[in-house]
Amino acid sequence: MEIGLNHYLVLSTILFAIGLVGIMRRKNLLLLFFATEILLNSVNIAFAAISHYYGDLTGQMFAFFVIAIAASELAVGLGLLIVWYKRHGNIDLDTMTSMRG
Amino acid sequence: MFEAVAFYLFAFLTIVMFSITVMTSHALYALTALAAGMIFISAFFFILGADFLGAVQIIVYTGAVMALYAFGMMFFDTTRDVKEKKGNKFIIIGLSTFAAIMVVAIFMVPMVSTNMTAFYPMIEGAGNTQTVGLVLFTKYLIPFEVAAIMLLVAMIAGIVLAGKKMDLSLTLMNAEEIIEIEEKDKKVLS
Amino acid sequence: MEIYLYIALFAPLVSSMFSALFTNTPKKQFVGIVASSLILTAFVSSSILLNHILNGGEPIHVEMMTWMATGNLYIPFGFVVDQISVTMMMVVTLVSTIVHIYSIGYMDHDKGFNRFFAWLSAFVFSMMILVMSDNFAGLFIGWEGVGLCSWGLIGFWFHKEVATWAANEAFIMNRIADLGMLIGIFLVYWNTGSLQYDISFPAMAHLDTETLTWIGIFLFVGAMGKSAQFPLHTWLADAMEGPTPVSALIHAATMVTAGVYLVIRSNELYSLIPHVGLFIASLGTFVALFAASMALVNRDMKRVIAYSTLSQLGYMFAAAGLGAYWVALFHLMAHAFFKALLFLGAGNVMHAMDNELDPFKMGGLKKVMKGTWIMMTIASLALAGVVPFAGFFSKDTILEAAFAEHHYVIYGVLLFTAGLTAFYSFRLVALIFHGEERYKIFGIHPHEAYKFMLVGMSPLLILAMIAGIFQVPFFNMVEEILSATEYHIHSHTTLWIMLVGTQVFVGIAIMYAYKKYMSQSSVPDGTSKMENSFMYKLLINQYYIPFAYEEYLVKPYRELSAALWVVDQKVVDATVDGIANIFYSTGENTRDMQSGNLSTMLKWMVAGTVVLLSFAVVFGLAARYSDEILAILSGLGV
Repeated sequence: MEIGLNHYLVLSTILFAIGLVGIMRRKNLLLLFFATEILLNSVNIAFAAISHYYGDLTGQMFAFFVIAIAASELAVGLGLLIVWYKRHGNIDLDTMTSMRG
Repeated sequence: MFEAVAFYLFAFLTIVMFSITVMTSHALYALTALAAGMIFISAFFFILGADFLGAVQIIVYTGAVMALYAFGMMFFDTTRDVKEKKGNKFIIIGLSTFAAIMVVAIFMVPMVSTNMTAFYPMIEGAGNTQTVGLVLFTKYLIPFEVAAIMLLVAMIAGIVLAGKKMDLSLTLMNAEEIIEIEEKDKKVLS
Repeated sequence: MEIYLYIALFAPLVSSMFSALFTNTPKKQFVGIVASSLILTAFVSSSILLNHILNGGEPIHVEMMTWMATGNLYIPFGFVVDQISVTMMMVVTLVSTIVHIYSIGYMDHDKGFNRFFAWLSAFVFSMMILVMSDNFAGLFIGWEGVGLCSWGLIGFWFHKEVATWAANEAFIMNRIADLGMLIGIFLVYWNTGSLQYDISFPAMAHLDTETLTWIGIFLFVGAMGKSAQFPLHTWLADAMEGPTPVSALIHAATMVTAGVYLVIRSNELYSLIPHVGLFIASLGTFVALFAASMALVNRDMKRVIAYSTLSQLGYMFAAAGLGAYWVALFHLMAHAFFKALLFLGAGNVMHAMDNELDPFKMGGLKKVMKGTWIMMTIASLALAGVVPFAGFFSKDTILEAAFAEHHYVIYGVLLFTAGLTAFYSFRLVALIFHGEERYKIFGIHPHEAYKFMLVGMSPLLILAMIAGIFQVPFFNMVEEILSATEYHIHSHTTLWIMLVGTQVFVGIAIMYAYKKYMSQSSVPDGTSKMENSFMYKLLINQYYIPFAYEEYLVKPYRELSAALWVVDQKVVDATVDGIANIFYSTGENTRDMQSGNLSTMLKWMVAGTVVLLSFAVVFGLAARYSDEILAILSGLGV
């Protein structure tokens, strides 16, 4: 059976949905980051697939930069996580409500 | 045919791995499943002929990012289950399913675009890495440099945030001062 | 001349506003004096205007200001002083002045002294608007105003539940009739295009009989409520719960005559529809007999006088219905004098008897209360129609009118009623003032009323005696605008037989009353044979009509209201609360957005994404298939 662009896009959508479930569900900050990674990866698959089926390299470039950005975001995020943990002792989202109102 | 088999196999594996990541209550299992998922995604890249991207995925994601997460896991007592207050399951699953359906509906519309021309077409004959290199260092040079600066900034930020005793510079102190500080630390610890 | 009109109209308003300032303070004597003086000013102005009209002056029209001017509807605040209204004005202001002066003495020990004068003067103001207005809308304002003030005055002692119930009954019955009147007014406007008297009445001559009949009937329904004709009559007897000056002013001389005034004012209409007039006359005759029969056995002094008022109103409507409008107006005037006098005298008796109302518990009061005795006897003579007092001239003319128009049944019934009237009036006088002093058993020590109260009542006494001589000048005055028909009985002998016969009949009734009740020695306690007879029971329970109203109208309505209250609660309240609840619960639920919880915010973000995606799908489909959609819509006819 011929794998077309649509197959990849459906796969990407399913992974994106799983990522959405993850970010809605997870109450632990670190596990929330995991779900964010899933989101980013699903988008990367989509980019790569479109790039392949149209013979255009733009998609791969975009995916490349997404990976770079994800890495740097992760570094900063984990740093902040550590600072918060040192100050508050836990990283449960339900306790992080100082931005309320 | 191989392509179809590979696609479905890796698709199944990826979905399962990522589901484990979001559903499990063991933090360690989530981490492991995420790492496995990353590997399988790189498999997709290879199937799609994006060799460079696949390699970068393994190195950066599975290697660096997962390692960082593993360090982050040190903040957990990993024998304990992650207790999560229950959010409304139906809302969560329902919203996601609905979003998925919407997106699929958008994409299933037959994309009739006869006049889509590739901006940066793949060059026949050259391997993927070479083509990527060509485009990256000519057309995407500025984003490349900017990304480099951004990574530098992120690195420094990470160090500053996570580092201890950053106000002291051990290389500029002579030996007596270092011994003083060590003894002070010992007193504090005992 | 117009200045007098404004003084007569607004002096009672000033009096009411002034008294209203002191409503919450204890009794202040000067409030009564100031109020009475202002009403006296109104009376003087009315007399000047009466003089002007009597001497052939032109009727005075003023338009004070515009009330409504929308589209084709133009209703001003306009006032007219013509022969009819100046008669009413004079009667109203005269009786009001005397009642105000009387009330200073009567309400002497009452805590609500100031409030009483506020309501009383407000009533006079409303009545003046009613009689002086030159269009139906102003009439209706005055109509409602007197209804309101009557409510406030009947229920003046509001802590007595009986009084508040009576006040509500009066107001609600009036309101029911007002619906009919409003429909009549709407019909007038619809068919003639204006509510002004001088425009709509001439226009009515061009309408067809059926429309005129409906207008006449509906306007008369309003008059029925205000003047307590059958079947809306029960409120008048119950209205005696109010203080006696109120009964004297409102339920004898002024408010209840507003219905008669309406019919007289609309004489141009009613002369076009004589069959409706005959119906009015018949109903009036029936009420006259009906009320007189109930007064025969009643044991409440004020109720007897109230039934007497009802009976005389029936006479007035009989006259108006037969087309003898000026006779009705004249009887209205004379009746106001002697009925007010009767009520005020009854007030004196009540005060002396410590608010006792049963005449069987009184007796022999003429020894202690000479002045009141003389006044009430003369008033009763006037009421009975004995020559040469006022009642004779007016009542007899009504009888003559009935006879001359060949309505012999009406004549017969009215004649019989005249006899009954004489009987029950003198039954009352005999029981109260003559015979044994039965009150001694109850330990009451009666005394005469204050001198100034008796002096205040004396103008009424004089007028009750001499008002008959005004008949000819009155006739000449109103002849210009009312169809002034003189009633000629063809042969002189018939006329003399009628006059003398009536007097003899009345005289016999009076003597029979005296004979029966002069020697009353004991208080009837319900065991005598007469008291248990069927007729007596029927009459003393007012033909069981109030009972029937209570059982078959009020109770079912109350049940229905209780049942519908449930609907009101469940449906109306639930809907209104539901709407409010929507806002409240929306706020409650979206409050989470600001809770600072990242997880919640992420959920909202996903929800928003879903919404945007839906829009994208919908609009994309619409754009993609826009031609087909337009085709379908045009097929549906949009």
